Amino acid sequence: MIDESVVVGTLSEALKTGGEFAEVFVEDRRSSSALLDDGKVEELTSGRTRGAGIRVVVGETTGFAHTSDLSEAGLAKAARAAAAAARSGGGVHRVAALDRIDAPAPNEVEVLPETVAKATKVELLGRADEAARAAGSAITQVSARYADGRRRILVANSDGVLAGDDQVRTRFAVSCVAVGDTGMQTGFESVGRPIGFELFDEYEVDALARTAANRALTKLAAQPAPSGSMPVVIGPGGGGVLFHEACGHGLEADLVAKQASVFRNRVGEQVAHPEVTLIDDGTMAREWGAYAIDDEGRPAQRNVLIENGVLTDYMWDLLRARKQGRESSGNGRRQSYQHLPMVRMTNTYLANGSEDPAGIIAATDRGVYVAHLGGGQVNTATGDFVFGMNEAYLIENGRIGPPIREGNLIGNGPEVLAGIEALGNDFAMGSPGTCGKDGQGVPVGDGTPTLRVASMTIGGTAA
Amino acid sequence: MKPEELLEIAERIVGWGRDGEQVEAVVGHSRETEVRVYEGEIESLSVAESQGVGIRVIANGRQGFAHAGTLDGDVLVETLAEARDNAVFGSPDEFFGLAEPDGVAPPELDLYHEALLEVSTESKIDRALELERAVRAGDPRIVGVESADYGDSVGADAIATTTGIRSSGQDTSCYLTAYSLASENDETQTGFGFSVGREPGDLDVDTAAADAVERATRMLGATQPPTERVTVVLDPFVSAQFLGIIGGTLSGEAVLKGRSLFADRLGDQVAAAAVTLVDDPTNPEAFTASDADGEGLATRRNQLIGGGRLERFLHNSYTGRRSGGASTGSAVRGYASTPGVGCQALSLVPGARPPAELIAGIDNGVLVQGVSGLHSGVNPVSGDFSTGAEGLRIRNGELAEPVREITIASTLQRMLLDVAAVGSDLTWLPMSSAGVTLVVAEVTMSGA
Repeated sequence: MIDESVVVGTLSEALKTGGEFAEVFVEDRRSSSALLDDGKVEELTSGRTRGAGIRVVVGETTGFAHTSDLSEAGLAKAARAAAAAARSGGGVHRVAALDRIDAPAPNEVEVLPETVAKATKVELLGRADEAARAAGSAITQVSARYADGRRRILVANSDGVLAGDDQVRTRFAVSCVAVGDTGMQTGFESVGRPIGFELFDEYEVDALARTAANRALTKLAAQPAPSGSMPVVIGPGGGGVLFHEACGHGLEADLVAKQASVFRNRVGEQVAHPEVTLIDDGTMAREWGAYAIDDEGRPAQRNVLIENGVLTDYMWDLLRARKQGRESSGNGRRQSYQHLPMVRMTNTYLANGSEDPAGIIAATDRGVYVAHLGGGQVNTATGDFVFGMNEAYLIENGRIGPPIREGNLIGNGPEVLAGIEALGNDFAMGSPGTCGKDGQGVPVGDGTPTLRVASMTIGGTAA
Repeated sequence: MKPEELLEIAERIVGWGRDGEQVEAVVGHSRETEVRVYEGEIESLSVAESQGVGIRVIANGRQGFAHAGTLDGDVLVETLAEARDNAVFGSPDEFFGLAEPDGVAPPELDLYHEALLEVSTESKIDRALELERAVRAGDPRIVGVESADYGDSVGADAIATTTGIRSSGQDTSCYLTAYSLASENDETQTGFGFSVGREPGDLDVDTAAADAVERATRMLGATQPPTERVTVVLDPFVSAQFLGIIGGTLSGEAVLKGRSLFADRLGDQVAAAAVTLVDDPTNPEAFTASDADGEGLATRRNQLIGGGRLERFLHNSYTGRRSGGASTGSAVRGYASTPGVGCQALSLVPGARPPAELIAGIDNGVLVQGVSGLHSGVNPVSGDFSTGAEGLRIRNGELAEPVREITIASTLQRMLLDVAAVGSDLTWLPMSSAGVTLVVAEVTMSGA
């Protein structure tokens, strides 16, 4: 994207007035999306952004500047701004000879979306609209969105790291409104992978649309969710966000270092059922949070966070790892060149258990079965978290009963981990997600087998 | 960059329009500084300049859009060509069309304070350090400040269209924000405080620090209460978030596309008589005040609910035209998207009584100081809501023990009708709605 000599020159400029570490992050991003709503293809949108973010570290201070001017002069100007922001000083450090780091891509990309005709992308939308409306006369509104993006990055730093990645992502989502005697309900379904247009060899948009429509139709007959504490069974694939919120964020080293995590000082402790193994894996082929190289030039890794119920490690980015004299775990990510990197999850999942999922449900007298979770939120310092139920049912006498309306579940991370009492053998990954932290969004994946938590609080309105 | 320079770029793009097509160019530029301090040191200092352009083309009744993150000449040409090409693939819609000048004069607002530009980086850092110290000194149980930030922004934008719209403006803003950690008996609680303004002189370190300290320390010792139906008192920060969601259901787009639970309710009593809801970006008190909307039309005051009666929906040019009316000056967007419809500065008309007086009249209730999971727990189409919450019990008219790990649930429809009182403490917040203490009866609180 830019010449190696320009990269070296920019790093040298950044360290000219002192500093221990300098980094250049260059990003070139193209995106396209098409939206169908209200029976019409409303618009096609194309986007292009490119620029560089430069940081300089002096002692505890990071100076950061970014620019959309990728000329040698533009980069030098940003380098001086970052150096000034870091207040310079300290010893003068040289830029080490750059050594290119190569890491295998998590998977091949077969059909670059930019090579696909716009008409072909638009055609998917019409099919989804038709299929959703055909699912039932109660479906009154459908929106479908196709989106692809290609993000090329180059990272170089004064330690001599030079790395690049070419990240392609393709996504399709359908949302429906159904109207019945009980009012309006909505249903949603999405798929996304770090691959190209071959996504649609794997998924039929008609089937996705029917799933979204059926979620909305099912909810027309749903009763108010119960209120209060009871056992919760979470279906395969639909529940990874539970662990993303319940403990994933609390295992991010930046939050741990600031004493803002309930999991601080707990490495080595038994924090969950001995069958619980939690993994964050940025190398996972074809999963939404995967990449070859993180946004600090470090190859993605598979990191075991909880093994057989014992907390084994946190997730790390470059700066937090340097302070501890260890290596980054490949979790340094940023939303764009305009942002500083921080510790982020990739694909976070709970490994397979051994029980028959049907048996887990049958052994639950009264509770809630959540087939599909929505988003969530956590306060890492207290461990309290919530997440939404997109598709959920009552469990009565060991059987899945009537559907219930949407609501949030609330729990406490360490308590929920300790309360996992059964893990199924039907592991699946869930829907593509966007994780937000400190104002930055990045793509993440999650997954779980069927599992039961002894008690969580259901935020419904029924007694 | 100055608004005139941006307008010149927008006009240049519009000048490239061909016969039979409408072209709209939105150009923005901003310069931002952000300082984060931690334990008396600067953790990070970011200085950033960003710009971008969004171009919309309407031809043969079809619409296309493209955006780019630079203002280089060749990129402008490329972006227009891309938008034009995208328009070929859209569905035709007779109501597509850019805004046209409607004779409404933009309000005179004082949004750009030159004083911000004269403040040194040193002094910005000092404000953040001062805030961190004030939080730490606020209470012996404060064991840490997760972050203390100062940030500011100088922004300018311009819109031009082939239909004769010419609009440009600039504004300044700055903020202080702190996240505190309080600890006692092995238990940690968090709190936040902030202050916003148009120039650093507007910022109030003491209030921001005191809020961060109080919100965290008063939650120490919180427990999960049993499930029951109670009266809830929403703190201004919480009520502002709910108002924002309710505002969304009153957008003309949601109404026209069958996604608004209030679609057929114009003229109906949809809320308690105490509820008068107004969207008024011409109000200079509003942090999000603006003289022009996302299509370059003058902003205006729109009363949505008056005395509980639904009076009006908000519209941009498209939804206004399609519903047989006109834009209410309510197009919202950034340069990277086409205009949607939304509230810009939403508030309830405040009541007469201060929060303390309202609380004094409640026998059994909860003061909710924070909610979580709004994005997953509120369905603005069905109206069902259920969010995580924390706060203080209210017993016999007084604030009592803290509670956590609860949810509050109802429907937006019910909640509006169940509003028992609106406080007198209207507070403008760094979001597109203002907060005010709100008393809502009959809400399910789920706990143990």
